[in-house]
Amino acid sequence: MKGTAGRVKSERQVEREKLRRKRALRSGSIASASTFVFLVLVVLLITNSPGWDRVRETFFSWEAFTEALPDVVAGFWTNIQIFLIAEPLILLIGLLIALVREVKAPVFFPLRALAVVYVDVFRGVPTLLIILLVGFGLPALQLQGVPKDEIALGVIALTLSYSAYVAEVFRAGIGTVHPSQRSAARSLGLSHGQTMRHVVLPQAVRRVVPPLLNDFVSLQKDTALVSTIGVIESLRQAQIYASSKFNYTPYLVAALLFILLTIPMARFTDYLAARSERRRGA
Amino acid sequence: MTLLRIENVWKRYHDHDVLRGVDLAVRPHEVVCLIGSSGSGKSTLLRCVNLLETVDDGVIYLDDQDITAVRTDADEVRKRIGMVFQAYNLFPHMTVLENICLAPRKVHKVGRSRAEGDARDLLARFGLADKANAYPDRLSGGQQQRVAIIRALATQPRLILLDEVTSALDPALVTDVLGVIRELKEGGMTMILATHEMGFAREIADTVCFLDGGVLLERGTPEEIFTAPREPRTREFLRSVLESRRL
Repeated sequence: MKGTAGRVKSERQVEREKLRRKRALRSGSIASASTFVFLVLVVLLITNSPGWDRVRETFFSWEAFTEALPDVVAGFWTNIQIFLIAEPLILLIGLLIALVREVKAPVFFPLRALAVVYVDVFRGVPTLLIILLVGFGLPALQLQGVPKDEIALGVIALTLSYSAYVAEVFRAGIGTVHPSQRSAARSLGLSHGQTMRHVVLPQAVRRVVPPLLNDFVSLQKDTALVSTIGVIESLRQAQIYASSKFNYTPYLVAALLFILLTIPMARFTDYLAARSERRRGA
Repeated sequence: MTLLRIENVWKRYHDHDVLRGVDLAVRPHEVVCLIGSSGSGKSTLLRCVNLLETVDDGVIYLDDQDITAVRTDADEVRKRIGMVFQAYNLFPHMTVLENICLAPRKVHKVGRSRAEGDARDLLARFGLADKANAYPDRLSGGQQQRVAIIRALATQPRLILLDEVTSALDPALVTDVLGVIRELKEGGMTMILATHEMGFAREIADTVCFLDGGVLLERGTPEEIFTAPREPRTREFLRSVLESRRL
């Protein structure tokens, strides 16, 4: 009882708190009971459906699960690699594009125009289409230095697509920093670049962390799309298994793996939000 | 010898002339108070001096340099001028100490330990020594505004512009901020204040200027302006201020 140390609570307050505890307990029990009933109903509905026996065999086969797991996990490592390489590139390029669009000097007009076109094009074209175009089109040019490796091509395609999104997220974040912050920085003699670097960006980036992490989750899932240009990742592994054994359980394995990857990301977002709360309150 | 000379400055926003040919000269160590109703052009004049706005006509000289010339390096001019805003405009992601040290370190290339030492000295001088590591949102409005003044002061400017720095404060906190400004005057700082605090303007100003509709209608010593204003508009303005006090 910090803050009220030494003070004896009035009888009325004691009574109030007792009632509140009782209510909290009641709410908790009701929530647990209704969740239990709901889950039982869902399970009953599914297991009593006419096709359940067949579905259980083809999607929930324990044998297929254990058999396919090592291959799908190995494939999933490729997904993780693609994600880990693409993500920093996306952040870097996205930020650069956002910054280029903020620079008003006339010398940079061509760059600025290029940034606008870049965002329009790569945000406008479906990611799958970009992957196909890059995966099959880029090597066909037979240019020096263009990678032939499908994973590298997949990374390039995902980077093109996602950096356009991320650039817009950064730009929106920059836009939320009040102009008076720039006025204050400029009035202290900071240049445009210094104002961006020390005053605007730190505030903007903090504000866009949640939408950025949202895009990361989306990217983690979209790494499966590079299977279309011949990368043997988790989805492709599952597909191979499914078509040879006529059992779809490996798809479930892949789905589980993706969920396992995205949940830590979600918790990490929460952690960051809580930390910035604490820091501001320090 | 003048430190700042404003000659026939015009500023237009959209279809409205906010400043209509303002002339003003400020000597070193002089404190000039700009009074006038909201929209009379006080803030705009300060923003023009700091080159946050470009003038539409006229010239502003700082130390006999034409700072309104197209070729002027605005960043270099702002290094010599400090500005304090009505809404404090502290950087919320930085501690008090970081707020104060940013410009000395990044603009004036002062070493970290010296910049922080100077900042702590200033904080101690204005009774904020224990707030060095606090974030702005943990401070009261009065404390934030004092930090903002220290931040402007830390770059050792030739001139400080104060734009209605007490207008957002609750009356109990105004006194502290005015105390800081008083101390700056004693230290010989040249200042231009846009203010609604008539009592304070009367006390601290060497020159009081009354702006009305973008025109600098009347100027004089506090004595002249507050006891015997020549212009009917000035008299009217001062009367309305007095009346609002009485309510």
